[in-house]
Amino acid sequence: MSFKSAVITFPGSNCDRDALCYLKDLTKGEVHNIWHEETSLPKVDLVILPGGFSFGDYLRSGAMASKSKIIDEVVKHANDNRYLLGICNGFQILTEIGLLEGALIRNKKLKFLGKNCFIKKKFKNNFNLSIKDSQILQIPVAHNEGNFYCDTETLNLLKNNEQIAFEYCKGEFSNFEENINGSIEAIAGITNKKKNVLGMMPHPERAYSDFHQSQDGRLIIESLIS
Amino acid sequence: MRIKILVRLKGQILEPQGKVIEQSLNSLGFTEFSNIRQGKLIELDLPDNISKEEKVQKIDSACKKLLVNDIIEEYEVLG
Repeated sequence: MSFKSAVITFPGSNCDRDALCYLKDLTKGEVHNIWHEETSLPKVDLVILPGGFSFGDYLRSGAMASKSKIIDEVVKHANDNRYLLGICNGFQILTEIGLLEGALIRNKKLKFLGKNCFIKKKFKNNFNLSIKDSQILQIPVAHNEGNFYCDTETLNLLKNNEQIAFEYCKGEFSNFEENINGSIEAIAGITNKKKNVLGMMPHPERAYSDFHQSQDGRLIIESLIS
Repeated sequence: MRIKILVRLKGQILEPQGKVIEQSLNSLGFTEFSNIRQGKLIELDLPDNISKEEKVQKIDSACKKLLVNDIIEEYEVLG
């Protein structure tokens, strides 16, 4: 059965096209692009909330997008145990909706980070099944507010429920800082309790094609399809 | 009536902009200034004939629904 997916576009999204190509190339299935003002969502296996600067990042990153008309449908999609992936601004939107715990605040060193980074899997879920425990992935980041914050109680919950999907790490041959943006426990991506919703700051859709520096981003979609 | 809502990051959360402002002010000779934190001010108009209870209820509701993320922020209605 073919894998169906959709990408939501908000005003100011700028990774929606990349996400569409990523899904088309890797899933070989039907891919829909949905405008944020739509009030219905086709039945798909995976929805991606893409990166960018939805609504200009006004007020807080993802705050306005989390109130868009399509969001009710996105929440229903997630409550139906289907997959939902928020990348970068999409991760910020998921925390603003409340589908994921915590919040993403300004990078510790106040710099916009646009570079390759290295992440590894922390706890197993369907989004990282095809990734080996010790495997280090090279995937780019591009964000100003990627510093994951939550209180101690929530952090304990995330650990106890094994909701931390990815953490930043050092690359094999790099001098990069381990924790690039100051996130608590170097968290790069978390899931919800049921593990069908993943938010991550790195951009897997910028690391899958032959013309990308790395193809490690393929593993996320391959994990879901396999 | 003009309403002013002060929104700021909770005390335990690092506010790096404040730290940079503090360093700059210190280097300008304002060495007595410390613990600087930057927040944001939201101003809006509400009709004058609205009751005090309704005013409080509407502002609180707007803050909870959109203006403030209570995981990281707190707010105070000024004046």
